[in-house]
Amino acid sequence: MAKNITMVKNMKKLKVIIIRTAGTNCDYELQSAFELCGAGVDRVHINELISNKNKILSYDILAVPGGFSYGDDIASGKILSNELKNKLGDNIKEFALSKKPIIGICNGFQVLVKMGLLPQPEEFEQISTLSYNDSNKFECRWVYLKTERKNNNTLCLWTKDLPEVISLPVAHGEGKFVAGEKVLAQIEKNSQIVFRYCDKNGMEANYPLDPNGSLNAIAGICNKQGNVFGLMPHPERYIYSLQHPAREGYDGIYGWGKKIFQNAIEYLK
Amino acid sequence: MNVNIIEILNLKDKQLVELSKTNVLSLSLVEMKEVQKYFKNIKRNPTDVELETIAQTWSEHCKHKTLTGNIEYCEEKNGKKIIKKYKNLLKETIFKATVELNKKWCLSVFKDNAGVIDFDQKNGVAFKVETHNHPSALEPYGGSATGIGGVIRDILGVGLGAKPLANTDVFCFGHPDTKFSEVPEGMHHPKRIAKGVVSGVRDYGNRMGIPTVNGAVFFDKGYMANPLVYCGTMGIIPKNKTDKEVKSGDLVLVVGGRTGRDGIHGATFSSVELDKESDVSAVQIGNPIVEKKVLDTMLKARDLKLYRGVTDCGAGGLSSAVGELGEKTGVIVELEKVPLKYKGLNPWEIWISEAQERMVFAVPAKNKNKILNLFKKENVEATFIGKFTNDNKLTLTYNGRQVACMEMSFLHDGVPKPTRQAVWKEQNIKKQNPVKVSASVLSSDMKNVLSDINVCSRDYIIRQYDHEVQGQTVVKPLQGNSITNSGPSDAAVIWPYTVVKNTKKAIVLSNGLNPEYGKIDTYKMAASSIEEAVRNAVCVGADPEKISLLDNFCWGNPNKPEILGSLVRASQACYDLSKGFDIPFISGKDSLYNEYTIAGKTFSIPPALLISAMGVIENVEYTVTMNLKDVGNYIYLIGVTKNELGGSVYAKIKNIKGGFVPDLDVKISKALMKKIHFSVKSSFVEACHDCSEGGFITALSEMAFAGEKGVNIDADLIKVDDKKMTLAEVLFSESNTRFIVEVKPENSVNFEKIFKGHIFSKVGYVSDDKNLILVSKKSKISIKENIINLQKAWQKTLQW
Repeated sequence: MAKNITMVKNMKKLKVIIIRTAGTNCDYELQSAFELCGAGVDRVHINELISNKNKILSYDILAVPGGFSYGDDIASGKILSNELKNKLGDNIKEFALSKKPIIGICNGFQVLVKMGLLPQPEEFEQISTLSYNDSNKFECRWVYLKTERKNNNTLCLWTKDLPEVISLPVAHGEGKFVAGEKVLAQIEKNSQIVFRYCDKNGMEANYPLDPNGSLNAIAGICNKQGNVFGLMPHPERYIYSLQHPAREGYDGIYGWGKKIFQNAIEYLK
Repeated sequence: MNVNIIEILNLKDKQLVELSKTNVLSLSLVEMKEVQKYFKNIKRNPTDVELETIAQTWSEHCKHKTLTGNIEYCEEKNGKKIIKKYKNLLKETIFKATVELNKKWCLSVFKDNAGVIDFDQKNGVAFKVETHNHPSALEPYGGSATGIGGVIRDILGVGLGAKPLANTDVFCFGHPDTKFSEVPEGMHHPKRIAKGVVSGVRDYGNRMGIPTVNGAVFFDKGYMANPLVYCGTMGIIPKNKTDKEVKSGDLVLVVGGRTGRDGIHGATFSSVELDKESDVSAVQIGNPIVEKKVLDTMLKARDLKLYRGVTDCGAGGLSSAVGELGEKTGVIVELEKVPLKYKGLNPWEIWISEAQERMVFAVPAKNKNKILNLFKKENVEATFIGKFTNDNKLTLTYNGRQVACMEMSFLHDGVPKPTRQAVWKEQNIKKQNPVKVSASVLSSDMKNVLSDINVCSRDYIIRQYDHEVQGQTVVKPLQGNSITNSGPSDAAVIWPYTVVKNTKKAIVLSNGLNPEYGKIDTYKMAASSIEEAVRNAVCVGADPEKISLLDNFCWGNPNKPEILGSLVRASQACYDLSKGFDIPFISGKDSLYNEYTIAGKTFSIPPALLISAMGVIENVEYTVTMNLKDVGNYIYLIGVTKNELGGSVYAKIKNIKGGFVPDLDVKISKALMKKIHFSVKSSFVEACHDCSEGGFITALSEMAFAGEKGVNIDADLIKVDDKKMTLAEVLFSESNTRFIVEVKPENSVNFEKIFKGHIFSKVGYVSDDKNLILVSKKSKISIKENIINLQKAWQKTLQW
């Protein structure tokens, strides 16, 4: 009997929760991205999570999508990060430390950083931020990203087996990664940098190839365990090659963004 | 609370006019007398609430009195006068074409907040473009933000609500380099207006999570004090949700933002000329997050079938929205129940305020708690304020006291229809003197045209808009690798895979606008704009047999016969072209009285007709971008180049006098569009771009630098209709119906077969040396320009 239950469990689809609130935007395309990789997805409003605090732990993957949560009033992602931390903090920390995959994209990255789930969920304190782009403008364009590796492996479970350089679109006004020298040195040392802005050959680049002037050209980071991942570019907008300006991709029809979501699913299998 | 009885029964004509003016009612004497007559009949004076309600409902903005009114039109051509009478210009031109074409795939036209056409078996797509000109003149940021917010609500309020998929925006501004001393007193500088408007669209559109994917910007000193701000939204709607059915006994629910004193008299104020005294309180204050919450929740309520009707609070506020929903039944509203931003609003202010982010629903009584609960779960304010009746009356109460009671029929059909005079006289246009220039001048002219404010890159604007949110923008506003290299896309393609699972279909959006031609002839302007919109859509892969159009007229004061005459001509062109192309209009809007007064002198804007096109593409994989793809491919120019420099960018920068405005042979155009589409479907087209502002050489340059490729062109191979045309005229003529197409050598034979019997020529090939090389032995001219320099010329102008 017990065996049967385990079997049923294994056959069940992995469940992804996409947290949304007033001003969340990129939830539908994020849902499509996970679904394309075979996961089941619920888009859940924060009010529902707060009224049922343990609900979040029933999921396998947690995603905070892009958008302008609460209008980005005060600072981008700030209000939602406070809400999540103050009302669901323990469960979110538990989720992160249990090595389940968590991803925050664009506004979601800002939320993860501002509640301190990145770069050190163990501490759960904000030690870095995402600030106004150097151009002082909202920037919507495609960029090249260098996939960071150590000894040929990525620390981040989300970016396994990606090419050296991939292309993704960015769309943000506050995407400049800023942290103190110590923090920066530490996350560099721990190989927590996942993506850096670069030119098409993977070399250092200036604006607009680097769209925001991030310290060390940082576009995305992860925690030391590699399961919590935050990035400014939008992988969910590049799951099909058709979405690429030159329609490039892999296996004929897919975009490299899909691979990122696929990695999280495969990791759990 | 303060309700005043307004003395009207005993007023003389002069006093009626005075009353209309002091209360910003914008009603004419004839209309005021009609109001007087109504109240004489019911033997009492109106309340201020009633008078304001009539003014909003009868406003040009809400009622379109000019386009639907009587017009006596006199055309003078070759010394002969022809008189034509219209009882309803709209119904006898634009709408008439739609009725005659009778397309089965048109699901809802000219009757709701947007036009709806067929997308697939289950879904339709809705499209609407609005203007928000006067508010944007006074308060550019707030004006444009609420412009986009308003048109999004039009899409939310079509049928039982559509899900917005994309926004468009088109602007006309004064010249950004205008000297401050030339800016009229009390008006903003055009550059300030432009920056404010762009920021407003950016902040509202981006926060709504709707990509802004297509648009245009046109600069001309004629728009200095009266900018034009067109905002459009396209959305997708299940076919069984395209109709409203309000029943007696249904409850009136207002959802979203609270009502405040912002946007009082917006609808009537839009019919007043702007001057330094214009009142900023007519401009609404927007909050996109409130609207986003409404969007997120109302579509759930729609799918749960919790309501029977919905419309947005736009011009005229609750008075228009509730009035429209209750037109067939009657309605009673308790004004004190309307949630307010702050205390102190008079009943009439509550009723006509255009405060933003409000939608009105007709809810069956049994769903009362369910729908309130649904909104409450996501912190959306929803309040029942009244009930639909069966007495065909509009009744308003405030704390139990009746403050208005009028027949719906009087409100909606009572507006008198006076006859307006319209005249048009043919101008005698001559060909310009031959334009002869040397190779070096031609080279610098090329770059000057690319740098021209009306041709140059709009990346400063486009990249501030999130044009890829929702992930469905597969042909983007800027094409190329979209990082280091990009050129202007002809149209945007939205592939709605997140909404319609597993769909291959896509939606194309494009536009056509050229007020420069309208300065010479509004008929040709309208014809060219229609063709340009369709041509742009076809360039990226749209099927010309599955395209629909929207018209947006921005004109001056229609009480002036010449101005109304030019409007009649443009409308007539819309009919002719719609019929000729077999392409229906599905919705439209007009904004008249775009005038402003400086030092006692009144100026009218150059007439502007924006044509927006929406098409459905069967298979998104058969879409094409404009950047050149591969070295060795051939370059074709489809269509004939005529001596048409009138109204062109080249004529403007070279100060060339005379010249014909591009004409149009709709039969040839229609045939060529079909063939282009067939070639795209046959996968023969690697890249395609239309020739418009700046002519052939400009379009070719854009294709080259967007693709980071060089080209080698023999200009003598370009097919012309006038052998005497000089090289400059050939290269910069803006003749319609021309496409530049890149074709692989192995497909060229089959490609040429498709166009057999039509005028086209293979003019060159894609080269690997990153130069645009153009040779004309006939003119003894050869040009070599590095494509990076061309791109720089194109990008440098608009970098604020």
